[in-house]
Amino acid sequence: MNAIIFSAILGVVLMFSGIFFTNKATVRNIANVGMLLLLVANLFEQNGHHLFHINTNNLLHFTKFGLVFNSIAIGCTLVYMLLSGRDIEKVGVNVAEYFSLIFFVLCGVAIVSSFNSLLMLFLGIEIISIPLYILTGSDKRNLKSNEAALKYFLMGSFSTGIMLMGITLIYGAKASFSLEGMNPAVHHERDLWFTSGLLLLLISMSFKVSAVPFHFWTPDVYDGAPTVFTSFMATIVKAGAFIGFVRLFSNVFTESDYNWKLVLAIIIAATLFIGNITAVFQQSVKRMLAYSSIAQAGFMLFALYSANGLSQDGIILYTLGYSLATIGIFAVLIKMKDYTFEGFNGLARSQPLLAATTTVSLLSLAGIPLTIGFFAKYFMLASAIRSGGSLWLVVFAVLCAVISVYYYFRVIQAMYFKEGNPEIEPVTPAFRWILVAVAATVVILGVFPNLILQFLYF
Amino acid sequence: MVPVLLILIPLITGLALFAIPKEATAKALALFASLLSLAVMLAALSIWKDADHLVYNQPWLGALNSRFHFELDGMSQLLCLLTTFSFPLIIYSTWDNSYKDGNRFMGLLMLSQAGLLGVFMAYDALLFYFFWELALIPLYFLCSRWGGEKRIAVTFKFFIFTFLGSLLMLIGIIMLYNKAGGSFAWTDFIRLKFSFKEEAIMFSLLFVAFAVKMPLFPLHTWQPDTYEQAPTPVTMVLSAIMAKMGVFGLLRWLLPVMPTISFQWGDNFATLGVISMLYASFIAMKQDDLKRLVAYSSIAHIGLMVVAIFAPSTGGIQGVMIQMFNHGVNILGMWIVVNAIEQKLGTRKISELGGLAQKAPALTILLVIVALANIAMPLTNAFIGEFMMFNGVLGSTATKFGVAYAAAGGLTIILSAVYTLRMIQRVFYGDTNAVTQQASDVKLNVQVALAIIVVAILAVGIYPKPLLALTSDVTNQIMTRIFIK
Repeated sequence: MNAIIFSAILGVVLMFSGIFFTNKATVRNIANVGMLLLLVANLFEQNGHHLFHINTNNLLHFTKFGLVFNSIAIGCTLVYMLLSGRDIEKVGVNVAEYFSLIFFVLCGVAIVSSFNSLLMLFLGIEIISIPLYILTGSDKRNLKSNEAALKYFLMGSFSTGIMLMGITLIYGAKASFSLEGMNPAVHHERDLWFTSGLLLLLISMSFKVSAVPFHFWTPDVYDGAPTVFTSFMATIVKAGAFIGFVRLFSNVFTESDYNWKLVLAIIIAATLFIGNITAVFQQSVKRMLAYSSIAQAGFMLFALYSANGLSQDGIILYTLGYSLATIGIFAVLIKMKDYTFEGFNGLARSQPLLAATTTVSLLSLAGIPLTIGFFAKYFMLASAIRSGGSLWLVVFAVLCAVISVYYYFRVIQAMYFKEGNPEIEPVTPAFRWILVAVAATVVILGVFPNLILQFLYF
Repeated sequence: MVPVLLILIPLITGLALFAIPKEATAKALALFASLLSLAVMLAALSIWKDADHLVYNQPWLGALNSRFHFELDGMSQLLCLLTTFSFPLIIYSTWDNSYKDGNRFMGLLMLSQAGLLGVFMAYDALLFYFFWELALIPLYFLCSRWGGEKRIAVTFKFFIFTFLGSLLMLIGIIMLYNKAGGSFAWTDFIRLKFSFKEEAIMFSLLFVAFAVKMPLFPLHTWQPDTYEQAPTPVTMVLSAIMAKMGVFGLLRWLLPVMPTISFQWGDNFATLGVISMLYASFIAMKQDDLKRLVAYSSIAHIGLMVVAIFAPSTGGIQGVMIQMFNHGVNILGMWIVVNAIEQKLGTRKISELGGLAQKAPALTILLVIVALANIAMPLTNAFIGEFMMFNGVLGSTATKFGVAYAAAGGLTIILSAVYTLRMIQRVFYGDTNAVTQQASDVKLNVQVALAIIVVAILAVGIYPKPLLALTSDVTNQIMTRIFIK
């Protein structure tokens, strides 16, 4: 509850701060302090100190899983703002509003990670989405940005419609919005309405996390949006939607539910395949990252597929590892003048530190040991194997991971092994240090993932 | 304590080297650290022989029940000895090779040493996987950054092959982990009982990773290109030590854990080994590049080890272990010569060389001994290993085709004599030409390094008992497990 209330309040505070402070740096500092405050508030709740006692009528249900995820989402946003805060200022004139919208998105994320009723899920998803439509179009003079915003808005509304339809059908079948009412033990009669509703929910959530075949908006929107917001959308927001997805379906899909598993397996395989194959053919690193985010979604979907304790731990690690690494790469990307692979040529010579931290992040995304990305993928594969899932799917996922090495390593090759003179905007020492901290975290958690997992158990 | 020291010395040195910009200092530090590792290893073989020193077992990942479990049994000792023996020689014999950002080069080399030692000592499958990758990644950067003209594409192929193998192995490890009730421990793995189908799946997953690394036909295609394009010190690491990771994997993680499939399918794999041997030998005969010649000869030698593993017998398995060490030492000697020639004359083409014996007599004498070891002449180390392997294959009760395998193996020995002796003849004897006219004998460091290798070759060749004593326990252990299961 702390996170929801604090993020809403801070969002309003930031909105008004634009009126009182004309200096952009002041607004940014307020936002950073606010984010820190939000993190502290959530950590308090995680440790049992509830600052608010509100009866949610069972609409929200706060679990350790959700709270730990909130901390991760808020922590990653803090890292994101510290790294890219200055670039948010450059997007346009309404700086305070941008920061404010980020806080509102987090409010939505906090709701989605704790919803117990389909109504709250809908509310949370909308609270996440609407600020994002605005952020996508925030570069008003850029036609591509406008187009992306419109596309995102239209597609987003469409998927929202599908979700509402699904919720309606489920309500019609069960006379309840509650997640508990969706327990498989209760729906043994296999009501057609209920199944159709679930299918529609599956489609709309697949859309939100850009799973194939509902992914077509992703590359265009990610490409068109100002890069600094793409970073936010591709990481924290996506992870938030995933947590909602997992919470929703971990109640519904059981290990024995063969039909659902087959549907999911096909979605996973298609997501992994299309995401990875198309990423190989990209010429721009930004678009490559957009497709790679689709491919990573394929791996995250394993959390739904196996639906056991291991996958719950895994999705937490995955969201953290994926978000940190992607934020790190985007922070560097934003500083580049040229987003193509050639633009990275020779970066190691002129900016060894930036190249090294980017490399660590890329290795993590590829799932190489000694980085958190390895354990993220490990947990996903292990959970699928433990749930007795199909071996072909696991082997297929591994083959796709090998394909992903191709495009991630293209960036490493460009930075280290090719000659070039990349143009890069000046970076502050603070920026470098935070980047080093991110890379160090990726490695430390790659050797001792227990450091984060123990939060789930105490 | 010994395992921790063995890993920490190169690991810390490797990381520290990134901060030391001066190349000469970096080289000296790397040499010192690698000698220190060797000293620790020798101490482990002589003074610190008790379990207190040779075993390290601490919890690592509580949630996964994975442990920092290292142990130095006979086979580990032999391979760690090979690693710690090779690294000082690699650094010392290539002392005059100069690299841009030499400190990073040395740093990455040291990191891969840490990875290799970890692989040979790990008794926990996840730990094994971790170090397997740690050994691989520095090599990717070393080859891509400092290799030859086509280095990027070639190294990438190498990386993709091994990474695919690794990931398949990871799936196999996870399946074993579940089967063992949530444990990665080797001691738990060897107690498992499988259905045939289960065992076949897990076996195949692990086998691919090991076969890529060795490399075994048809998964070998990355190897000649990579050996050719990699900077020579890296090629030395790849062929002298890293190729043994695959063979080691078979002996530690496959044969004792899943002996049924090893038995049932053994003839298929032994046949692959035979194809590897013959195929690589014939191609080696046609090579004009010294590096490619040695690369293909390496595939042939590894092929014989595979045959001996899948037509198992006590003598054969022990022969494989000894031969892992011997092959590492011998091929290291070959690479040192290749590197010396390349550094001195700027070419590796056999057709462009000739008459070097007149100009470099010391190099020639040392090379000839190494080459004779390479073709398993009696009194050299390789003779012991190959003899034991042949003997084992012929007497193996596990296969009906022992004679055929041994005959094919004998043929490759003849072929190896043909291409090795022909290479010596064309490079070292005959008349000098425009390129070799200006040559002089190699520097002292190369001579010393080669002399050490020659001493090792003859010592093991004449008195192999200490090495045999080292490996007999492990061999018996493996054989008992095979027959109990």
